[in-house]
Amino acid sequence: MVITIDGKKCEFAAGQTVYQVAKANGIYIPVLCHHEQIKPVGACRVCVVEVEKARSLVASCAMPAEDGMVVQTNTPRVLSSRKLSVELLMTQGHHKCITCESSGDCVLQDLAYSLGVESPRFEEPAAYRELEQANEMIVRDMNKCVLCGLCVRACNEVQVNQVLDYTGRGPTAAVGPAFGLKYEDSDCVFCGECVRVCPVGALFEKQGRFQGRGDDLQKVRNTCAYCGVGCQLDVNIKDNRIVKITTPREGAPAPNYGSLCIKGRFGHDFVGHADRLTTPLIRVDGELKEATWDEAILYVAEKLNTIKKEHGSDAIAGLSSARCTNEENYLFQKFLRAVIGTNNVDHCARL
Amino acid sequence: MTNSITDLGQADCFLITGTNTTENHPVISTFIKRAVTQRGAKLILADPRNIELGKFAAIWLRQKPGSDVAWINGLMNVIISEGLLNEKFVAERTENFEALKNTVAKYTPEYVEKISGIPAEDLKKAARLYAKSGASAIVYAMGITQHINGTDNVKSLANLSMLTGQIGRPGTGVNPLRGQNNVQGACDMACLPGNLPAYKKVTEAADRKPFEEAWGVSLPDKPGLTIPKIIDGAGDGTVKALYVMGENPMMSDPDLAHVEKALANLDLLIVQDIFLNETGNLAHVVLPTAGWAEKDGTYTNTERRVQRIRKAVNAPGESKPDWEVITLLANKLGAGWNYASAQEVFEEVRKVTVSYAGITYDRIESEGIQWPCPNTEHPGTPILHAAAFTRGKGLFSVCEHIDPAELPDSEYPLLLSTGRILYQYHTATMSRRSKGLVSRTPQPFVEIHPEDAAKLGIAHGDRIEVSSRRGAIEVVAEVNGRCDKGVVFIPFHYSEAAVNRLTNAVFDPVANIPEYKVSAVKIKKVA
Repeated sequence: MVITIDGKKCEFAAGQTVYQVAKANGIYIPVLCHHEQIKPVGACRVCVVEVEKARSLVASCAMPAEDGMVVQTNTPRVLSSRKLSVELLMTQGHHKCITCESSGDCVLQDLAYSLGVESPRFEEPAAYRELEQANEMIVRDMNKCVLCGLCVRACNEVQVNQVLDYTGRGPTAAVGPAFGLKYEDSDCVFCGECVRVCPVGALFEKQGRFQGRGDDLQKVRNTCAYCGVGCQLDVNIKDNRIVKITTPREGAPAPNYGSLCIKGRFGHDFVGHADRLTTPLIRVDGELKEATWDEAILYVAEKLNTIKKEHGSDAIAGLSSARCTNEENYLFQKFLRAVIGTNNVDHCARL
Repeated sequence: MTNSITDLGQADCFLITGTNTTENHPVISTFIKRAVTQRGAKLILADPRNIELGKFAAIWLRQKPGSDVAWINGLMNVIISEGLLNEKFVAERTENFEALKNTVAKYTPEYVEKISGIPAEDLKKAARLYAKSGASAIVYAMGITQHINGTDNVKSLANLSMLTGQIGRPGTGVNPLRGQNNVQGACDMACLPGNLPAYKKVTEAADRKPFEEAWGVSLPDKPGLTIPKIIDGAGDGTVKALYVMGENPMMSDPDLAHVEKALANLDLLIVQDIFLNETGNLAHVVLPTAGWAEKDGTYTNTERRVQRIRKAVNAPGESKPDWEVITLLANKLGAGWNYASAQEVFEEVRKVTVSYAGITYDRIESEGIQWPCPNTEHPGTPILHAAAFTRGKGLFSVCEHIDPAELPDSEYPLLLSTGRILYQYHTATMSRRSKGLVSRTPQPFVEIHPEDAAKLGIAHGDRIEVSSRRGAIEVVAEVNGRCDKGVVFIPFHYSEAAVNRLTNAVFDPVANIPEYKVSAVKIKKVA
C-alpha cells in the first residue's frame, strides 16, 4: 500500500498513521501531544496536514494511512492553522523561557521559533499560579502546562500507575492527581514518567533546577545502579557533577524503553554525597586512621601472606558484590582462586 | 529469566509469586500491568501480602508463608487430574513424569487448603487458567527462594512450567527477578564457592583446566565456603581473614549478633567500599572505591543482558575503581597482572567465559546483548530452552512440603517476613543518602494487621518493640491490611532497627539461602 506525502510515494503497513509513515520516510511533521509509546489523541492540532478530498485538515498523528491517500504537510493552509494552534497553546499560560529548565529542549519553544510566533495575538491569562515544589523530586509549573495530556496518558498507559487524570473544565481544566492533591499527598510513586514525556517546561526535576540545561549538560548513557532490571538512563553532568538523570523522550532502548522508577530517576544523588570515602584507612590503636594507598596495600598484602603461610589458603575468604561490575567480580574471584589459592568466594545473591 | 523482560508483554497469563514487583522491580511491573490492562492478559497472584499487583489480579491466592511447595504441587495435581497437562511436551522434552505424578497425587486442592489456607476452588481456577492459556509466564523473586526449602520451591515452579509446556516460547518461562544490578553478573563471573566462570565446576579437572592454562596456575579443587559458612568460620577461628568488596554483611545477613561476634574474631577484615558502612566500622583496613558513574565496565541484568556502565564523573579524593584496587593487591602478592582498563579485563572474560565469548564493548555500545552469545556473529539469546534444556531432557523433581524452621508459638505468636520497599534499597547505604528517597520513607516500620494491632492496643504510628529469640528492635507501627492476621512485615533497610537482628539463621541446604520470609516474633508497645 502506498500514500503520497509532499509528492513522495511512501509505502506503509496496515495500522500505520500518516504521521508514522511520514516520519519513516524522513518527512518532518511537528507533533506535541503525541508520543510513540502512547495512543494518539490528536488533541493539540499542531500535526495537521491537508489530505486530498478531506473536508478539513486532519491530525496526522491520529489519522490511519489509507491506500492512495495524497497528503500535503506544508501548504499555507496547514501553516496558518499550525501557527494558530501554537498561539493558542502559548496563550494558555505564562511561558517564560528565560529561566525555564526545558529551554533548548522544548517542543513548544521549537514550534514558536520555527513558525515565527514572537508573541501570540491573544492575551495571556492574568493569574500566575504558584509552583508546586514541596517534594524533593518533581516541580510542577502549571503556568507552562499546555494540557497536551501526555503526563496523564503516560501515567495510565505506560506505567499504569493510575494517579494522574484531567480535572476541571474550560479555563479551570488541569492535569494532576485526583481532588487537586499535590503529588506527594497522592498515590504518586514518583516514577517520573510524566516528567519524561512532558513536551514543555511544566514538569521538571527539582534537584537539577538552575544547575544546567540544554547544551550545558553532557549526557552519559549508563545502566541504573539499583535493581536487576538494568534500566538504561542518561547521567546528565556539568562541571564533574551529576545534575540529574534523564531518559530519551523517544527512541529509548531495551529493556526499559525510557521508563524508570523513583530510584532510577531520583535516587542517584548518593554519588556525590559528603560521606563518601576519599582515602584508605588503617585501624591503629582501635581507630581508623587515614593512610596512603602504598601503606594500605602493603599492610593488607603482608597480613594475607602471613595468614596464608601460618594457616593455609583456606583461612582466607572473600565476599564479592552484586553491585560491582562483571570485570571487578571476575578479578575478585580470580584473586581468591589464582593468587590466594582458595575457593572461599561468595556474594550476596541470596540476601 | 528464561525469557526477556520485553517478552513478558506477550504473555496471556501470569503466575506471579513471591515478588512485590511494583515496589522491587517497578519497571518490569509496567510490562505486566500493560499486558493485563491493554491486552487482557490474566494475572494469578500468589502472595501472602495484599500487594499493589492484587489490583490487577484475576485470582489472588493468599498462601500462608512457607507453604509454596504445597500449593504449586496442588496446581499440578489439578492439571493432571483434569487432563490439562501438555502430553506431547512431557513425552518429548522431559523425564521422571511418573515420579512427579505419584508425588503430587496426594496434594489435592482440599489437602492443600489445609496446609496453605488457599480455598480449594481458587486453586482449581488458577490451575485451569495457567494450563489453558496460550502463553503463561511464571515470575518470582525472593518470596519463593528465601525459605529453608527455597530450592524445592523453585524446582516446583519449573515442574509446573514443564508439565504444561509453558516454557521455551514467547510469553512463557520461569522468570526469577534478580534483586541487584549485577547479581546475575556476579554469579556468571563465578563469585560463588563451587563455580568457575560460566558455571564450570571447581571440582571437575576438565572444567578447571582451561582456567589453569589461561591464568598460569593450578587451581584448588575443593569447593569453598558460602557466606553463612564463612561467617561461622570467622566465629570459630578457621577463617582468619575476610576481604569484603561492596558488601555489608553487618546488615544483610541473618542473626546480626552472631555476625558481629564472628567478624570481631577475624585477624584481618578488609572492607572495600564507597561509604563507611556497618561492616566497615569493624574493619582493620578500609579501601575507598569509585562508585556508580565513576568507572567503566559492564553489568548483566536479570534477563542475562550484558550492558555498559560508563565513567561520567571523577571519583572523590583518592578512591579508585575496584578492579584497579584488586590489581594493586594481586601484584603486591606477586601476581604480575597487567590490566590497563576495564575493557582489557572484559576481553579476558570473553576468552574464558563461553557464554560471553561473542560480546564486545563495541557490540553493546548502544544496546546490550543477552547471553549465551558464543561468537561475535551471534545475536544473543532472548529465550532459553527453546529446543532443548541445558541437560537435554527436563527433569521433573520430586518435592514434598515441609514446615518452616520456626513457626509462631505461644511465646512468639506472630510470623515475621522481611523484604524491601519501593523507596529504599537493600542495606540502604545508597538510598538513605538520597534526598528524594529519604523523604518518602524516613523511618523503619512494621506492617501489622488491624485486628492484631487492636488486640495489643497498638495504634497506627505507635512505637513498638519487635523481638525474636535472637534480638529486639524498635519500629513504628504501620497498621494496614497488607499482611494477613498473625503476620507482620518489616523492611530490612534500616540500620537503627536492623531486622536481621531478629531473623533466623537457618538455611536451604542446597542454596544456603536464609529463611528471611518466616521467623517467629512478638511485639509490644513501647511505653
